[in-house]
Amino acid sequence: MTPEASTVVLSTAAPVFKRVYVWELPVRVYHWLNALCVLVLTVTGILIAHPPALASATEASFSYWFGVNRFIHFAAAYVFFFNFAFRIYWGFVGNQFSDWRNFLPLRRAQFRQVWSVLQVDVLQAKNRPIEAIGHNALASFTYFAMFLVFLFQVVSGFAMYASMSKAWFPQLFAWAVPLFGGDFSLRQWHYLAMWFFIVFTIVHVYLVFYHDYVEGHGVMSSMVGGWKFVHPEMLKGNGRSWFPLSPRPPRNPAKPPPH
Amino acid sequence: MNVLESPTRTGGPTIWEEIRARGVSRRDFIKFCTWMSAYLGLESSGVADVVKALETKRRMPVVWLHFQECTCCSESFIRSSHPIVADILLDKVSLDYTETLQAAAGFQAEECMHRTMKESRGEYLLMVEGSVPMADDGAYCCIGGRSALEIVQEAAEGAKAVVAWGNCACAGCVQAAKPNPTQATPIHKVITGKPIINVQGCPPIAEVMAGVVVYLLTFDRIPQLDALGRPEAFYSRRVHDTCYRRPYYDAGLFVESFGDENARHGYCLYKMGCRGPTTYNSCGIIRWNNGVSYPIQSGHGCIGCSEAGFWDNGPFYQRLASFPGFGIETTADQIGLAVGAATIAGAAAHAVLTNVRKHHEIGEQPGESASLAPPPAVAESDEPTKE
Repeated sequence: MTPEASTVVLSTAAPVFKRVYVWELPVRVYHWLNALCVLVLTVTGILIAHPPALASATEASFSYWFGVNRFIHFAAAYVFFFNFAFRIYWGFVGNQFSDWRNFLPLRRAQFRQVWSVLQVDVLQAKNRPIEAIGHNALASFTYFAMFLVFLFQVVSGFAMYASMSKAWFPQLFAWAVPLFGGDFSLRQWHYLAMWFFIVFTIVHVYLVFYHDYVEGHGVMSSMVGGWKFVHPEMLKGNGRSWFPLSPRPPRNPAKPPPH
Repeated sequence: MNVLESPTRTGGPTIWEEIRARGVSRRDFIKFCTWMSAYLGLESSGVADVVKALETKRRMPVVWLHFQECTCCSESFIRSSHPIVADILLDKVSLDYTETLQAAAGFQAEECMHRTMKESRGEYLLMVEGSVPMADDGAYCCIGGRSALEIVQEAAEGAKAVVAWGNCACAGCVQAAKPNPTQATPIHKVITGKPIINVQGCPPIAEVMAGVVVYLLTFDRIPQLDALGRPEAFYSRRVHDTCYRRPYYDAGLFVESFGDENARHGYCLYKMGCRGPTTYNSCGIIRWNNGVSYPIQSGHGCIGCSEAGFWDNGPFYQRLASFPGFGIETTADQIGLAVGAATIAGAAAHAVLTNVRKHHEIGEQPGESASLAPPPAVAESDEPTKE
């Protein structure tokens, strides 16, 4: 499908958008599975911290809801961890938009864009286009910080879990308990980090609305279908890639966009 | 495992001989050995090891030092439920030097300690109660004109192993709580190169203390320790894991306030701030005062006295401690809610700002008018109406 074909009825002055396949299916699956895990872990986590008085004047043998709640928390933690590990793996084999090098602003162009996004989108002091098809450099760096919190939650959570499990996997993290001076303070930090997820989600969802509303690149639907709509000139600049593309061949090079 | 040299002193009666001389029957002796083996988690053949050790071994030289502490560890120890514990460990095993229980004083006491340290060099056990103050050259705890640090380092040098009794010696306890004016420091931070056994608790359970001593006596080696240096036989499980109220926790049945109907039912004290889920100790199994009770059984939550820094994790009556640096009663929840509310307010303000500052880019752009597109094909009327 050529740009002419799709915009034939519009004025020639209209910006010609081009479809770009940004988020591959594994990235989208990771995103939504992760969102589900974070939701489940947050809700069950709050319930663990503040169990509501659902019942009283009953025998303990008739009920196990708090145990079930904790089980869901621990099970979701496993899914969360392996999903997270998969995403790191995909940073090495996925396309340029999911490449791990996006997440660290080590190149000058990336660093400049962090500053640029701060001025244009956060402070709104300036107005100029940000050349970013995938995440912009500031967003990527924020995700890197988020990955560190992911890591902390995994380590602290499984470290606390290690004392109630004989499985080898949680034991890998048992060293974190003495490091934090005991289960109690580790639990405290684990709980505080949960609030990071809540605050992150507020900002994340707001910014998706913001970018969709202001730029109209279809960022919101891109995490469902994978496609974004960008100006062709953006494909030439840094928006295409921060780093020399690796020599690996593109996936399905001849694949036409679906109709 | 650290294999220690045999702590035998040549000559003199064995421990069993000394106990028998005090009128303890063979039956009571075997009962004691069985009991200790059970506490230590030994298999049944281990009973014979304990019996044999106490029959053949002689008194173990011990130097027991007291620094910044309240002596509740000693008090707990001498109130151990079985009389043989006090007999063999205090009268017979020896305690060549201990400020609380010895008859000697002043020069005599100091000389006694030094004689033990000299004669039994490399053989004696050093047992320490209390933390060591490091601030102001250790001026806050001096005995015989010397600082606690000097004394403990000298005593540790010739010791076979060090037993740190209680939270003070293991983690500093109350005097190390913020702001820790004397810089109270646990033993494992001032002594290096010696095996150190941390017997945690404020105080430790008497039977746990006795069990550790019997283990050292029987097997001549350091018991298996966890990552914090505590004997796994007594500190590998949380109070929560062995709590008789645990079923109420899993069922979500909690005491909502002291004295309420749920408290009368004996529900779980989790919401009353019980530290059982984060505290490693044997209170749920061995219990206190001859196994009569323990805090949770008496209707009060665990305060986590066998965990480092438990004084700073207050208030004791809420599960979520106040957060450091945010005032006394501020919890992670209050901080989180405040940050979350600020974030929502910030996002709302940013949304308003966006509509002002970027109104040229928002919505329909030049040349994007939908009216230029051909009218949509008839679509709605195609669907047959359902009856």
